[in-house]
Amino acid sequence: MPKLTMVQALNSALKGEMERDKDIVVLGEDVGKDGGVFRVTEGLLERFGSERVIDTPLSESGIVGAAIGMAVSGLRPVAEIQFMGFIYPAFDQIFTHAARIRSRSRGRYTCPLVVRVPYGIGIKSPELHSESSEAFFCHMPGIKVVVPASPYHAKGLLVAAIRDPDPVIFLEPTRLYRLIKEEVPDDMYTIPLGKARIVQEGDEMTVIAWGSMLHKTVQAVEGFDAEVIDLMTLNPFDAATVLTSVKKTGRVVIVHEAPKTCGFGAELSATIAEDAMLSLKGPILRVTGPDVVVPLPKLEDYYAPSVERIRKALEEIMKY
Amino acid sequence: MPEKILNSINITRLEILDATGTVDEALMPRLSDADIRKMFELLTLSRFFDQRALSLQREGRMGTYASILGQEAAQVGSAFALERKDWVFPSFREMGVHIAMNYPLHLLYQYWAGDERGLRTPEDLNIFPICISVGTHIPHATGAAMAAKYRRDNHAVVAYFGDGATSKGDFHEGFNMAGVFKLPVVYICQNNQWAISVPREQQTAAATLAQKAYAYGFDGIQVDGNDIFAVYKATKDALVKARAGEGPTFIECFTYRMAHHTTADDSTRYRQEKEVELWKSKDPILRLKLFMQKRGLWSAEYQAEVDKKSKALIDEAVQRAEAAPPPKPEDMFTSTQEQLTMRQQKQLGEL
Repeated sequence: MPKLTMVQALNSALKGEMERDKDIVVLGEDVGKDGGVFRVTEGLLERFGSERVIDTPLSESGIVGAAIGMAVSGLRPVAEIQFMGFIYPAFDQIFTHAARIRSRSRGRYTCPLVVRVPYGIGIKSPELHSESSEAFFCHMPGIKVVVPASPYHAKGLLVAAIRDPDPVIFLEPTRLYRLIKEEVPDDMYTIPLGKARIVQEGDEMTVIAWGSMLHKTVQAVEGFDAEVIDLMTLNPFDAATVLTSVKKTGRVVIVHEAPKTCGFGAELSATIAEDAMLSLKGPILRVTGPDVVVPLPKLEDYYAPSVERIRKALEEIMKY
Repeated sequence: MPEKILNSINITRLEILDATGTVDEALMPRLSDADIRKMFELLTLSRFFDQRALSLQREGRMGTYASILGQEAAQVGSAFALERKDWVFPSFREMGVHIAMNYPLHLLYQYWAGDERGLRTPEDLNIFPICISVGTHIPHATGAAMAAKYRRDNHAVVAYFGDGATSKGDFHEGFNMAGVFKLPVVYICQNNQWAISVPREQQTAAATLAQKAYAYGFDGIQVDGNDIFAVYKATKDALVKARAGEGPTFIECFTYRMAHHTTADDSTRYRQEKEVELWKSKDPILRLKLFMQKRGLWSAEYQAEVDKKSKALIDEAVQRAEAAPPPKPEDMFTSTQEQLTMRQQKQLGEL
């Protein structure tokens, strides 16, 4: 089995799915000739032609809006927004239309759309290239939000997202794009949306993370008897896996790089408080980015949770 | 070096039928007497629909409604040129389009009475649900045209919107992409001069809306929006062009919103009654009637018959809409995604 980076695994998913179904088209800025600024769509233009791999004008709302029109009229578009900080102009299209078309038409029209978005901090990039605004999309009924944390999972989740009948925001942690290689099957396979995975089992605490924070978390838990959960899908998130684990361990630490206030950790905390309060031995702890504008690279390390900060929280929770 | 003229544009305005009911025979599109009668009947039905909607709203039997009064020709005339399977992306003031496309009348009333089931387009039509958020559906038409072009299915795509929408970013993004990819799409603006209280002059400093198309590399034309023949001809020509792979067209229908913005609005706060009076003489139905009279296609008996038939259709539609069983609360859950999430299932159980 070949060892692939996340970029290669995502490329393999797109290639395989486009071979399988000619209704799948890819569109976005620089996705054709350039193969995407991160090369996720490399080689697709040569293989599938410019009718299916579409270099669009620089037009985020237009890209997602056009993709919605395509999806509704029977294609299965995979749109790319170059960086998460540039998705805000397309917010209107996602919330006002993609999320609502099935409802507004009472099922006559559906929107099988994937919006791929490189996201997160850690690649020393300019302003608005490091955003982690996943929680906004989790607040939109009708939208699924998926975040892979490894090449193998990236491929299986992207294939599942493409085959999903409803819109999916697919967030790709840029820091992980080339950080790790792992064995990825050539064949197409799916990893179900809405399911978390237990990365490692443990009895004394539950640590929940996603995207690039998962890797820091795995390093941080060394020496602790921690159960680590990779949430993989944030909306709808796998409450059952989270609650079962919390009821077993009685301690919870949630790690995300987005700002704390109204971050997705808040939803997890509230759910745990509602449904597993009586199993808790101590407070729910969150290790998150601060409530500040994401800084430029010089201050990056002060922003994103570090292995040390996560370890501190683990030590703290073990006092209970 | 002398300066050079790189580009200059001329904006065409098309008028065929004037307010006295006289047509320019040289420009008159090919329409049979039966077609012209059908147009008249659809205009009349649209007006009956509209008037009944307004009275139902006053009686508390319907929610907020956006009247189409005065804009019937811009809507019926353009929709008359469409094929049944063409994709239509309407805004919220396009009942004449729905009616001309034979969208079930009772569903329209059901929708305006606050029931989403009214927007479930029948399977044999490709009308997109009404877009409330101004202009945001323009890129959808662009995308649907990309899909039609890719599949070579010969369906044209039409988007309807008002003058206010031309100020929105999505107007630019949708138009721009349509020009770049030379898509089979027709954009129809009903320039009714008012976006709630903001007059057309305050939407743009451009002399016409039609000219905006040229910045995107395709044709724009202004038509007298109260002239059903001009609207029909411009749309028909644009659709022929679209189906032949010759790219998009922008049609500015120059018309007037005779009523308030919606039933929740009071237009006396911001516009002069004399302006409205001026447009009364340009009524789109009146001028078609005058034309038909001259052609011997109209008589008092015919009018009575058309009115009677329209009233009967409206009566039946209202009755059917009001007799529909109330929507089930679970509908709002089951139509959000194909599958309910665990949490939605729980919330549904708690209803």
